[in-house]
Amino acid sequence: MRLSLTLAAMLCASTAMAQESTDPIKLTLHDWTGQLITTQLMGEMLKKAGYNVEYVQADYLAQFAGLETGDLHVAMEIWETTGRDAMDASTATGNVEVLGATGMQAKEEWWYPLYMKEKCPGLPNWEALKDPACAEAFSTAETAPKGRYLGGPVTWGGFDEERIAALDLPFEVIHAGTDAALFAELESAYQRQAPVMLWVYAPHWAPAKFEGEWVEFPTYEAACYTDPAWGGNPGATHDCGKPFGDIWKVGWSGVKDKWPGAHKAIQAFTIDNAAMGQMITEVDLNGKAIEAVVADWIAANEATWSAWIAM
Amino acid sequence: MIGAGSLPAVAEHSRLIWGLALALAVALWLWGQTFLPFAFDYPKSAQIPAARWIGGAITWLVKEAAIGPIAFADLTRAFSALIDGPYQSALGLLADGVQRQEAGQTLQLVPPLSWLAVIAIMALFAHWAGGAGLAALVAGCFVFVAIFGHWHATMVTLASIVVAVPLGVVGGLGLGILAWRHPWFDRALRPVLDLMQTMPVFAYLVPILILFGFGPTAAVIATLIYATPPMTRITTLALSRVPSETHDLATMVGCTPRQRLWRVLVPSAREPLLVGVNQVIMLSLNMVIIASMIGAGGLGFEVLNALRRLDFGTGLEAGLAIVALAIALDRLSQAIAHRSAGAAPKRGVARHTYLLAALAFALGTGLIGLILPAVQTYPEAAELSTSPFWAALVEWINITFFDTLEAVKNAILTWILMPAKRFLLGLPWLGVVALLGFAGWRLGGLRLGLLCSGLSFLIAATGQWEKAMITVYLCGISTLIAMAIGLPIAIWVAERDRWWTVTRLVIDTLQTLPSFVYLMPIVMLFRVGDFTAMIAVVAYAVVASVRYTVLGLQGVDPRLIEAGRAMGCTPWQILTRMRLKLALPEIILGLNQTIMFALSMLVITALVGTRDLGQDVYIALTKANPGNGLVAGLAIAFIAIIADRLLSAAARSAREKLGLEGAT
Repeated sequence: MRLSLTLAAMLCASTAMAQESTDPIKLTLHDWTGQLITTQLMGEMLKKAGYNVEYVQADYLAQFAGLETGDLHVAMEIWETTGRDAMDASTATGNVEVLGATGMQAKEEWWYPLYMKEKCPGLPNWEALKDPACAEAFSTAETAPKGRYLGGPVTWGGFDEERIAALDLPFEVIHAGTDAALFAELESAYQRQAPVMLWVYAPHWAPAKFEGEWVEFPTYEAACYTDPAWGGNPGATHDCGKPFGDIWKVGWSGVKDKWPGAHKAIQAFTIDNAAMGQMITEVDLNGKAIEAVVADWIAANEATWSAWIAM
Repeated sequence: MIGAGSLPAVAEHSRLIWGLALALAVALWLWGQTFLPFAFDYPKSAQIPAARWIGGAITWLVKEAAIGPIAFADLTRAFSALIDGPYQSALGLLADGVQRQEAGQTLQLVPPLSWLAVIAIMALFAHWAGGAGLAALVAGCFVFVAIFGHWHATMVTLASIVVAVPLGVVGGLGLGILAWRHPWFDRALRPVLDLMQTMPVFAYLVPILILFGFGPTAAVIATLIYATPPMTRITTLALSRVPSETHDLATMVGCTPRQRLWRVLVPSAREPLLVGVNQVIMLSLNMVIIASMIGAGGLGFEVLNALRRLDFGTGLEAGLAIVALAIALDRLSQAIAHRSAGAAPKRGVARHTYLLAALAFALGTGLIGLILPAVQTYPEAAELSTSPFWAALVEWINITFFDTLEAVKNAILTWILMPAKRFLLGLPWLGVVALLGFAGWRLGGLRLGLLCSGLSFLIAATGQWEKAMITVYLCGISTLIAMAIGLPIAIWVAERDRWWTVTRLVIDTLQTLPSFVYLMPIVMLFRVGDFTAMIAVVAYAVVASVRYTVLGLQGVDPRLIEAGRAMGCTPWQILTRMRLKLALPEIILGLNQTIMFALSMLVITALVGTRDLGQDVYIALTKANPGNGLVAGLAIAFIAIIADRLLSAAARSAREKLGLEGAT
C-alpha cells in the first residue's frame, strides 16, 4: 500500500515535471552566513520539489557575469543598499531578471557600542554628535579633534561625507576596504572597550554579538537625497539617515522557460529579518552547522514551503 | 667602450647633465605652481577617455568579434571545455567521486579516493621520488590537513592545482625557450609578461568570466595568466647563462639542435628551472583565494568565509592547509626532477611494486570504507580546532599591546609615510615625466627614454596621476623595506644549509599563506589604513628578495671563491667584491620581482582601505566596469614596466663601468 502510494507520488511528480529540465539549477553561494542560509533554504526546497540543484561559490558582484551568460542561474540575496548598481546594469542586458524581494529588509546606519553612551549621553539622538566633547570621544590621533567614523568600503557608497557636511557633524570618514576589516576594527575596539563609531548593517551577526545601538538620524525619505529644501538643512541634500531597502532575488532570464515550476517557487519564497537573524545567530555565535539550521527550518515550516513549491 | 683615458671626462660630463636636469626639475617643482599650473594638475579637457574605449573594445570582443563564422566567445568557451575535462576527472577522483542527481536526490555511485588512500598514494609517490624522509614529510602535510577538518576543500583545491601547474610549467618553458632562441620574441614577450604579472587579476576578471564561463576553469585560466611569467623569465635567463663551453661540447659531440636543447642545455639549467617550477606552484596556490571568488571553491572559500566571521583560527588553519599543500607539492616536484636526472630509474618490477601498492590501497580502503566510514572520510569527531586559542591570543595582544603598537605606528606614519606621500603628491607630473624620460635616455638610450616618458605621460593623460603617486609611495617604501630585510637574510643563509632550509620554509609559508589570513588581525592591531597595507606588502614582497638573492649567491662558482681566498681576500672582500657582484644579475632580478610582488599586492591592500590604483581596480570590479578596471590595471603595469626597464638599464651600465660584462 505504502509502496504504491510512493510510486503514485513519484509518477505524479514526474508528470508534473515533464517539461522541466533535469539539468541542475545553479544557485550561488557568497561569503556571509545569512546568504548561505537563504540559498540553502531555497536549494533544499527545490530538491524536495524534485529539482536537481548545484551550489556554486561565486563573488557577490562578479557573479553577474555568470548570470548573464546562463552559467549561473539564481542569486538569492542582492541587497538594495550594496548591489543595486550591478543589478540594474545586469537587468538592463535583458539576460537577468529580478525574481522579487526576499522579504528581508536591509538596515544600515551609524552604530556604536553601548558603553559609549557614558561618554556621549545624548545618544542615540544624532544631535548629540554635534557636541565637540562627544565627537572628541570618538577621535583618534589621525582625526582629532574630529570624531572618527569608520565607513564601509568605498564601493558601498552611502553618502556619509555628504551626510556629515549637511548635518554639520565634527566627524571624519575613514573607509574600510572590506566588510571583514570593518568588523575586525569593531571587535578590536570592543575588546578594549575603546571608542568606535562605524557602519553596521543587518541582518548580520555583529548586532547580536555586541551590545550597541544605531544612531537615530532624521528618517530617510527619497526627497532627502534629491531635494535640498527637505529636512533640517534647507541648503543641502542628504540631511537624513541611510535608506532601508529590500534584499532581492535575482536570476538568469532563462530559468522561467527551463524550470517554470522552480521559477514560481523562487518567486514565492520569502522570509523575515527576525527568522533570519535567529538562524544567523545559531550558526555564527552558537557554532551550529548551516546544514543543520537549514534542515531544522525545513522541518518546522513544511506547510509554508509546500505551498510555494506547489505553485 | 671608449678608451680608458677619456673615462673621467665622460663621468664628469654625465654628472653635469644629471645635475642640470635635476636642477630644472627642482625649479619647476618650487616655482612652477604659479607659472605652469597645468604641470601640476593635468587639464581635464585634454584627458584621454581610455576607459570608455577599452570598455567598448571589450564589449565588442565578447559580443561581436568573430573569426569567420565562429564567434570569439565560442572559441574561448571551447578552450575552457578542453580544460574542464581533466579538471572534472581530477575533481571526481579526489573530492566528489561519481555522483548523479535524480529528482533532487544525490546518488553517490562511486566514492572518491578515501583520505587514507590519498595519503598513502602521495607517500608512496614521495618514497619513490625521494626516499623515506620525503614520504614522511608529504604524509605529514596531508595528515595535518585532515586533522584540522579541511580535507574536502583541500582536495577541491588540489584538483585545480593538478590541472593548472603542469600547464603553467610546460607553457612557461615553451615560451621561455622561444624567447631565448629569438631575441625579437624576447623583446615582444617581456612587456606582455610584465602585464600578465602586474595587471591585478581583478582588472581582467570580468572579461575572463564572460569569455571562459563562470567556474573552476575560468579560475584555472586566471591562475595560468598569473603564475606562468616567472617560469618563462627564469627559463630564458637560465638558458642564456649556460656556459659557452657546454654549447661547444654539445656541438662537438654532434648533437642536433633539438638534442642540444633537451639533452644538454635544459638539464644543465636544471637548478634555476626548478626555482621556476617552485614559483608556478607557489603562485598558483596564491591565486586560491581569488579563484574561489569565481567559483573554484575549495580552501580559498573556507578562508574568506572564516574571516568574514572573524574566526581567525579557522582562517589560519585553512590558510596553513594551503601552505601544507604547497610544501608537499614543491618538495615532491623537486625530488622528481632530481631523480630523473640522477641514476637511471629502476625499470620493471620495482616500479610496478609502487603502482600495485597504490592501486591496492585505493581499492582496499575504498572497499573497507563501504563498511567503516572512518576509512573513507576522516571522522568529524577526531577533528581538531585551534580557533579559540587564536581568538584568545589576538584578544590578549590587542588588549595588552594596543597602545604601544599605536605609538610605533603613529611614529612611522608621521616621520616616514606621511612626508613621503606628501612629497610625491606635490610633484608636478610634467617634471616627473620629463625626468623619467631623461633617466631612460641617459641609462639606456633614446628609445628607453621615450618609453619611460610615454608610459608615465599616459598615466597622467588618463587622469590617474594622483592615484599612481600613492601607488608609487606605498610600493616604493614597501620595496625598500623588503630589500633591507631580505638582502641581509639572504646573505646570511646562502652559505648555511640548515638555516636556508628553515628560511625556505618561512618564505614558502609567507608566499602561500593567503595574506588575508594575517591582514585581519593586523587590522585589529593597527586599524585600516596605509600602515596596515604596508605591513602586508612587505610580508609578501620580502619573499622575492630573499629567494633570488640566495639563488644568485649559491650560483657563484666555488672555485672563484677559493681563488679569492687563496689570494688573501678577507671574508668581507669576498662578499662585497666577488659574491655580491657575481650574483648581481639575480639580485637585480630579485629587486625586479620584489617590485612586481609589491604591486601585485595592491588589490589585497585595497581591501584595507588604501586609496591607490588597486582601489580603483577593485571598485571597477564591484561595479562590473571592465573599462575602468583595465585602465587602472594598465597604469599599475606601466609603473612596473618603467621600474623594470630603468633598473635593468642601470644594472647594465653599472656592470659595464665595472668591466663585468666582458669578464662573464
